[in-house]
Amino acid sequence: MAYDKFEILKSSAVPLPIENVDTDQIIPARFLKATERKGFGDNLFRDWRYNSDDSPKEQFVLNNPIYSGKILVGGKNFGSGSSREHAAWAVYDYGFRCVVSSFFADIFRNNCLNVGVLPVQVSPEFLDKIFTAIEADPNTELEVNLPEQTITILASGESESFEINGYKKQNMLNGFDDIDFLLNIKDGIEKYAENTPL
Amino acid sequence: MSKTLFDKVWDSHVVQHIENGPDVLFIDRHLVHEVTSPVAFLGLKNRGIKVKYPERTFATADHNTPTLNQHLPVKDPLSANQLKALEENAAAHNIPYWGLGHDKNGIVHVIGPENGITVPGATIVCGDSHTSTHGAFGAIAFGIGTSEVEMVLSTQCIMQPKPKSMRININGTLSKAVTPKDVALFIISKLSTSGATGYFAEYAGDVFKNMSMEGRMTVCNLSIEMGARGGMIAPDETTFEYIKGREYTPKGADWDKAMEYWQTLYTEDDATFDKELTFEASEIEPMITYGTNPGMGMSIQKYIPLAEAVEGGIATYKKSLEYMDFHEGDSMIGKPIDFVFLGSCTNGRIEDFRAFASIVKGKKKADNVTAWLVPGSHRVEEAIKEEGILDILHEAGFELREPGCSACLAMNDDKVPAGKYAVSTSNRNFEGRQGPGARTLLASPLVAAAAAVTGKVTDPRELMEEVLA
Repeated sequence: MAYDKFEILKSSAVPLPIENVDTDQIIPARFLKATERKGFGDNLFRDWRYNSDDSPKEQFVLNNPIYSGKILVGGKNFGSGSSREHAAWAVYDYGFRCVVSSFFADIFRNNCLNVGVLPVQVSPEFLDKIFTAIEADPNTELEVNLPEQTITILASGESESFEINGYKKQNMLNGFDDIDFLLNIKDGIEKYAENTPL
Repeated sequence: MSKTLFDKVWDSHVVQHIENGPDVLFIDRHLVHEVTSPVAFLGLKNRGIKVKYPERTFATADHNTPTLNQHLPVKDPLSANQLKALEENAAAHNIPYWGLGHDKNGIVHVIGPENGITVPGATIVCGDSHTSTHGAFGAIAFGIGTSEVEMVLSTQCIMQPKPKSMRININGTLSKAVTPKDVALFIISKLSTSGATGYFAEYAGDVFKNMSMEGRMTVCNLSIEMGARGGMIAPDETTFEYIKGREYTPKGADWDKAMEYWQTLYTEDDATFDKELTFEASEIEPMITYGTNPGMGMSIQKYIPLAEAVEGGIATYKKSLEYMDFHEGDSMIGKPIDFVFLGSCTNGRIEDFRAFASIVKGKKKADNVTAWLVPGSHRVEEAIKEEGILDILHEAGFELREPGCSACLAMNDDKVPAGKYAVSTSNRNFEGRQGPGARTLLASPLVAAAAAVTGKVTDPRELMEEVLA
């Protein structure tokens, strides 16, 4: 599925300073029954966000009007657990284009890159700085610069670089997905398959 | 350069290496289930393409399915719709589909090995993180997202950077009542749920050499819970014995040729790993978890650690205990429980039912416990009946349900109510995993059985001594 190109994102951010946020929290399994990619943003963090009678839990950050923006900042080991891409879809569909953490689970990171959410891994110290800055001023803006591979707290000018492999970077910059690439090397794949028994 | 088992299998499947990017990896066998596939099939439809190699693709229904009255139409309209979508997609693309009622139906990671789809040296993927299970056979097997499911359906390839390598050695002999599940929970408690992120693990040493295929599957299954993409064990006689003669394994001259290759699948003596860990079997005791991730586990006789003694954020740790309504310093022994779940791709195989039955034999299910015993497949269900295990379970007051993922992720009706405690042989104790507000204690089938007959957390060794005395 194609997604919007990602170059430079300047936005305020939503802080979620909890570690090991797993995919069952990001989107509980009971919301995985769709056969189309629709409406997952409504159920992002469902059980942290709503009571069992569907009323909002006021203390949860997504229900706090002070915080908004296209960047979600999470604690260490963000996205652990299941392979459900629905978690990355929920993050994207809610309106986030970037998740910042000091550590990401593997499959979630991959899924994000495949759906157009940029996972930005920063040092634990820089993550603390971001949380502190947002706590002091919820309107704090961050700038995520993909071409330069940097993330900056605009008010203080503090900045850190982040890693992304060159191939995925080009995909994100252009809004391409892997299937286009794979379909273009069809002949090589067929040749490999011929020599590989079942 | 000397190669590891992982290197040998990975390198032989690279169709193309992309400079400063991932490898294009060929996938031998692709397992498909109803939850993570519909959007991928939709993608193929939008591109106007068909599944590239349907003969390498296998579909089953497991995540969403009821575990009672499977012969009746599925009541939940959303689940029914998802099952129907898979059935139609499989038919449209000529993929074998083992849906509800089919004699090969069951949990995707149970039926793959049962039918010989899982073989050494293969690359196997599925839109499910516990695909790591198949690593027990010396395959590279890992879970993928739906975009990647679409890639494999349309090209039989996936794009992945080669992960780092890790070896976990455990030598010596396991003590009484220590099962493969305990070995895995022990490792995860040492590494944490992110300790192996970025790595692919190999398990080596006496403990794994002496383990049955079922046990190896349990260990490899839980690799993802320490953050590893997968884990694998070098194939040996135990492996070959298990797979020989199964439906999709090679036969005759093809078998001999395959065996020649499979016997080269081991880590060479001087190969090196990016990380290597060694434990002693005697360190491991029956385990149980007390928190909301699988790394929060300990020996069943120990006390819940103090927040100060735990690595990582104190606030996160306290939030976790608050959810469980447990306290630092608590003993787990004697804590009352409400539900017991035996099943899942972690512990839903015949050996797990044998272990459970060995404890409950001649005893009665505790009145305060609701027990869900869910075989991993129809084959497992048949074996339970053939071996007389069903009679033992019935005499002890237990019922057997029909196969599926069931209460492991509670997508069907098998949901643990809010606030209730479940001793579960499954793989995740995340908040709400077994139902909104449910509290999960992960443990082995022996610990689950001990809880089921006593109504509280009980060291299974106490009950085993009773049997001996």
